[in-house]
Amino acid sequence: MADKKRYERPVINKHYSGLMNKFGSRPTTQPKTEIDGVTINELVEKYGSPLYVYSEKQIRINQRNALRIFKTRYPKVQFAWSYKTNYLSAICSVFHKEGSWAEVVSEFEYDKARKLGIKGENIIFNGPDKSRNALLKAIKEKAKIHIDHFDELYEIIELTEEHKLKAQVAIRVNMDVGVYPKWDRFGFNYENGEAGQALKRIMMNPNLQIVGLHAHIGTYMMTAEAYRIAASKLALLARFLKDEYDVAVSYIDLGGGFASHNTLIGQYLPAEEVVPSMEQFAEAISAGLYELNFKVDEMPTLILETGRALIDNTGHLISTVLANKRLSSGRRALIIDAGVNLLFTGFWYKHPVSPAQDSGVNIEDTTIYGPLCMNIDVIRETINFPSLRKGDKVVIDYVGAYDNTQWMQFINMRPNVVMVMEDGTVELIRKAENLDYILDREVLPEKLKLK
Amino acid sequence: MENFIIPQNVAISDSGFLFQAATGESFTLNEIGKLIVKMLQGSSTVEQIVGKVCEEYDTDPRTAERDFEDFITQLKHYSILK
Ligand SMILES: Cc1ncc(COP(=O)(O)O)c(C=O)c1O
Repeated sequence: MADKKRYERPVINKHYSGLMNKFGSRPTTQPKTEIDGVTINELVEKYGSPLYVYSEKQIRINQRNALRIFKTRYPKVQFAWSYKTNYLSAICSVFHKEGSWAEVVSEFEYDKARKLGIKGENIIFNGPDKSRNALLKAIKEKAKIHIDHFDELYEIIELTEEHKLKAQVAIRVNMDVGVYPKWDRFGFNYENGEAGQALKRIMMNPNLQIVGLHAHIGTYMMTAEAYRIAASKLALLARFLKDEYDVAVSYIDLGGGFASHNTLIGQYLPAEEVVPSMEQFAEAISAGLYELNFKVDEMPTLILETGRALIDNTGHLISTVLANKRLSSGRRALIIDAGVNLLFTGFWYKHPVSPAQDSGVNIEDTTIYGPLCMNIDVIRETINFPSLRKGDKVVIDYVGAYDNTQWMQFINMRPNVVMVMEDGTVELIRKAENLDYILDREVLPEKLKLK
Repeated sequence: MENFIIPQNVAISDSGFLFQAATGESFTLNEIGKLIVKMLQGSSTVEQIVGKVCEEYDTDPRTAERDFEDFITQLKHYSILK
């Protein structure tokens, strides 16, 4: 009947006088009804729920911005996409189309990059786990091998002698940049002279060609100054190679680690207010590199393996409300169909969650749970959220980094992943798993089969 | 039928401001919340309350009853209801 008033569920809110909102989050009532012009309803109807959605446009914007910010401060810059951060083929390919090389840390990632059409010389091979087979392949294909430890260095020497080949190598250097914990389990230490030792050993061998110097000082770094220190220490090593051996390295690689705008669980203020901007990181790194005082034509290329800061905000996870509950504490709980097995980063981030439809203005402190039969399945411990009904949709943001590489199949299948393309069309980029997919990998011993 | 009793020391204003004298705590109710608390003070039954809500607002009895139950849990949690 037209003369009835608009219904809204009954709400009571307690006043907390003098206290700041202890949840520190702004109320989330603004619905997010579309992603790049495609409505959430349309996406779910066609591809189901839960659903991962990426924005091609946003990836390209992020990459172009980052490149511009660095290039206006340092003349030679090359990005290498960090495969472990997100190795869905479509994602890697957007980065490659933007001119990024590949940064890989396993034979699997290496092979994936080659399959996507990346030449060996444009692959940076990092990490402590490179099989003999992978090393040989990388040497033959002229990939840039970043040596992590002496055992690997000697294995490469052996392989080059055995196969009469030359290898393009760099060393990974770890160092004190004033940030703790120190990532000193990767690479050769700067302060104790180990890095210098490794370089001397490399220079003695005619089969090894030193092409670069590498450091990756940590991930989700919240200080730009650490990068200035790292850049200047690598610059000193480059200077050492120039002075001692008259060798100019062709690049200095500062790794990844720039914090994205995802807010950590223990962080009170939103990330965008506390983490350095891309400009500040760029400023710090170029300041460190300019301490090198190389002539312009001898300046090494700056390589960056930025992961999360380029991809986090391009990924969204759409999920459906399964139920509403009132916990014994009186707190409201929302149960959705995406759990922590799909949102691994939920363990350390307070992901933004928005309703996908108009949900009224009455907000309440809510816990959002996933559908798994486990207590740890918490998507948001506490969030000011409007009341949603069974079947309503929510959108979880900032899920582009590490979720689609660390997610696991548990209780249910992993869902579809789509990309909204720059032209507004939607492409399926990873098919939902099904029972056949799971059974394909299993082997049931004959004697265990039910007759 | 369950009987809901709102203690004497709970005061509620026309604007939806609710004061619980026993604990010194104050609350804000939205319009339907206020309607329900007032009806509870007047010893209305669940059926009467749900009926009234459906009569005045654009909703169905199932939704109204479900939300009523949820609201009651909250009132109990805040000791506004015995
Ligand atoms: C060697 C290396 N490069 C790049 C990255 C990407 O880091 P991030 O996603 O923090 O930018 C990592 C991640 O840990 C890494 O180990």
